[in-house]
Amino acid sequence: MSSLVILGLLPLLGALLVGVLPSDNVLRIKQAALASTLLTAIFGIYIATQFVASDTALQFTQKNQWIPSFAINFSVGVDGLALVLIVMSVVLTPIVLLAGWNESEGGRWSAKVFYILILVLETMMIGVFAATDVFLFYVIFEAMLIPVYFLIGGYGSGERAAAAVKFLLYSLFGGLLMLASIIGIYVVSSNAGYASFDITELSSLHTVMSSTTQNLLFLGFFIAFAIKAPLWPLHTWLPDAAKAGTPGTSVLLLGVLDKVGTFGMIRFCISIFPDASKTFTPMIIVLSVISIIYGAFLAIRARDLKRLIAYTSISHFGFITMGIFAMTTQGHSGATLYMFNHGFSTAALFIVGGWMIARRGSSTIADFGGLQRVTPVMAWMFFIAGMSSLALPGLSSFVSEFLVLVGTYTRYPVAAIIATVGIVLAALYILIPVQRTLHGPTTPGNENLPDLNLREKIAIAPVVAVIVVFGFYPSPLLNIINPASAHVIESAGFTDPAPTENAGK
Amino acid sequence: MTFTAPVLEYALLAPMLIVLAGALVGVLIEAFVRSSARATAQLFVAVATIVIAFAQLVRVRNQGSTTAAMSAVTFDGAGLLLQGTILIISLISLFLIADQDNFTAAAAAVPGSLEEREAHQARVRTTEVFPLTLFAVAGMLLFPLASDLITLFVALEMLSLPLYLMAGLSRYRRLASQEAALKYFLLGAFSSAFFLFGAAFLYGYSSSVTFAGIQAAVTGGAGNDVFLLIGIAFVSVGLLFKVGAFPFHAWSPDVYQGSPTPVTAFMAAATKVAAFGAILRIFYVAFANAEWQWRPTLVVIAIATMVFGSVVAIAQKDVKRMLAYSSIAHAGFLLAGVIALSKSGLEASIFYLLAYGIATVGGFAIVTLVRDAAGEVTDLNRWSGLGKRSPIVAGTFAFFLLAFAGIPLTSGFIGKFAIFSAAYQSGSLAILIAGVLSSAVAAFFYIRVIVLMFFKDPVEDGASVVIPSALTTTAIAVSAAVTVVLGVFPAPVINFIQTTAIFLR
Repeated sequence: MSSLVILGLLPLLGALLVGVLPSDNVLRIKQAALASTLLTAIFGIYIATQFVASDTALQFTQKNQWIPSFAINFSVGVDGLALVLIVMSVVLTPIVLLAGWNESEGGRWSAKVFYILILVLETMMIGVFAATDVFLFYVIFEAMLIPVYFLIGGYGSGERAAAAVKFLLYSLFGGLLMLASIIGIYVVSSNAGYASFDITELSSLHTVMSSTTQNLLFLGFFIAFAIKAPLWPLHTWLPDAAKAGTPGTSVLLLGVLDKVGTFGMIRFCISIFPDASKTFTPMIIVLSVISIIYGAFLAIRARDLKRLIAYTSISHFGFITMGIFAMTTQGHSGATLYMFNHGFSTAALFIVGGWMIARRGSSTIADFGGLQRVTPVMAWMFFIAGMSSLALPGLSSFVSEFLVLVGTYTRYPVAAIIATVGIVLAALYILIPVQRTLHGPTTPGNENLPDLNLREKIAIAPVVAVIVVFGFYPSPLLNIINPASAHVIESAGFTDPAPTENAGK
Repeated sequence: MTFTAPVLEYALLAPMLIVLAGALVGVLIEAFVRSSARATAQLFVAVATIVIAFAQLVRVRNQGSTTAAMSAVTFDGAGLLLQGTILIISLISLFLIADQDNFTAAAAAVPGSLEEREAHQARVRTTEVFPLTLFAVAGMLLFPLASDLITLFVALEMLSLPLYLMAGLSRYRRLASQEAALKYFLLGAFSSAFFLFGAAFLYGYSSSVTFAGIQAAVTGGAGNDVFLLIGIAFVSVGLLFKVGAFPFHAWSPDVYQGSPTPVTAFMAAATKVAAFGAILRIFYVAFANAEWQWRPTLVVIAIATMVFGSVVAIAQKDVKRMLAYSSIAHAGFLLAGVIALSKSGLEASIFYLLAYGIATVGGFAIVTLVRDAAGEVTDLNRWSGLGKRSPIVAGTFAFFLLAFAGIPLTSGFIGKFAIFSAAYQSGSLAILIAGVLSSAVAAFFYIRVIVLMFFKDPVEDGASVVIPSALTTTAIAVSAAVTVVLGVFPAPVINFIQTTAIFLR
């Protein structure tokens, strides 16, 4: 059994363990859930150390027949791209559990159900990135909506039911379009004589597809992914879902699940339909730039802390998509690194923001003020999270944003230049709330807010460490990502534009 | 003229003959067994009949494709699979029918009359429903095997007449139930007339009533094409009425709502299998070479049925009506399998019928459990908060709804994938797109019910869940288990269908 499969099974075993524990002993349940996610994280990091970065083939592969009549296999494997995202997922999950230690209480159902949902979701998160069979990917892609739906609707706050439904319907709609494309892939490949869902075998499928077919099938996938990693104008579900969910759910939703969309664009859209990707690239670049700017403006106007974070993410997803569809190695590496960094900086924002909201009992930005004096540690953590979100040099997100812009500029200079406006806007949308919440006079009612306790400090420490360490020293990540990005670009038939003599003169 | 005695292949006909014999024994029980012991005896006989018939079916499965009873019926792989499916669904439905609380004590009495009250007080039980069910099952077993128009018509009436009666047996809301019975009977008679009219034209066209004869005439192309067109059109109307395809669907919401719920389950699941079996055979065998005449129209009907069923279901406030419109939408999906006109279309249709039929019985079984003092509560508003009071029942219902919606890891998803890929494989891109979009619409109203059960608080006059009888529990458990297994490990069943499903032409 591949160690990837074992990794995926660990949280599922944890869910079983939580399931058999008595539901009145909440502490024991929490400990069991945390222990299994920690074990998964450690094993995940161990797998990453065993990964051979220079090898562009899929590693830790396993392939079993599932539904042979439709050529469907249970096949998994990772390249650098998938590995980075899996590591991000398994590291974030225990942090989320520790940070939101009491999130599971006060929901519609028991704490036990909460942890079972989270652990099942973690298995699916690993599976969705590890799947190398398009059908298997789709099954997990759709099935993972269900735990998220119940996490938002059952444990969230405010208009949680409506937000959960909106999330589910948007995603299902996209998923069904993707199903049409998957059926299309099956039919096209079986007409070509080799019915297959294997992504390596499908990479040659575009040679037998007419360009109309390819464009239609591409759109089925792309729209599904553009809903998932919300691109303007398909983004409206995200702020509602992020606001209604618990902070932990929102971290997993924005940090991990939305990455399935950008991951899918690289893994499926570009690898299977390179010609159609080329056709649609200008349109997608335009949408990305609109997302960057529009998301930033929405964030500047936001009055609510959680919505603010969701809007910043829309802007960030614009950067990631732009980097992907710039079709350069640098752009791809930057986008992949961006996915990883965005996971951690959003996690930091949501976790610290969640603590602030829980202490104050309100998520309106105007209700905070002067936290720097009352709760200095929490205020500093929020500050660092904010700086990471605006990509301050020295923090990890700077490296990725820079790579994306450089990678885009070589092919689409205008888009890259407009996107830099997004960086300026980012400074606004982060610094304004930072100033309003942390500095100035203490708003009445905030004088006695408690600062972070030990558990919370332990939870946030690794996130901040990742943000800072990879800001100064990103090469361990880039060593894994770069060969994979180069491989994607090369096998899709693109070449990096050669730097011209005149550049910089 | 000499009279030739018909040769009958008793071994092959045995499943049908056994069911008919069981029905006759049931009639004798009505006459001779004392009323207190009748229900038990009837149930025993009915279950034993179905089981023995199924055993006989298994025994003759390897006889190879052949015609029997002077070419009136055809035994082939597809026919046997359909018969097996009908028997399995009938058995599960019988478990529901055994719960006599759903049936009136005196079906012939005027609703609200003294006679009816006396019968209730005397605890008279409507045990006639068991032989009626068996008669209907016998007709259903014959329907997909019939290979001439006369036998087809006899089978149609044989399965319909008992159903008309059974629709009027509801214990609660007697008037609605009688209205359902009358409506079903009148419209059913009307559609039978259409069928006969069309059959006459087909005879005029081909001078033959057998499918083989019609097929030969179509291939020869010597007859009058106008006769053929009229014949196909009117025969199709009769058959499409039975499956509730748009625009011949008008009876189904009222009948589904008014009938006793176990009968609705039986009707929705088993009738659909039988009727689609017959449709598949007549279109795949008799009309196969006239595809240019019927296919475009059927494509339009299929799309209209999917869209109409899904869209109108959104507005329903009654769970049984909602399931009725959902079954209309599913009839549209199943027509996609007919349009495919290929071996994979046949296989997909059979799998879909099995998956959908069993999930339908399970879904309606749960409807029988949700009650108040005045019988079943089908008003969806009063279902709100059901998940809080009875999480297991509500959860199982949600699972069946997800199966109807075609979410991965349920049988409905595999069915949908199979049937749409078959339709697309034979060139119907429109069907694929319409199917996917109406699935998205359909997902909306299934999820609405899940929201209602889990995310809304219970209303004051809300429904409660009765403790199910052992038989009903078995029915629900078996349906749920089959729905999971067909969703997660469908390979053995698909392989079996693939190697077995052929029509003898």
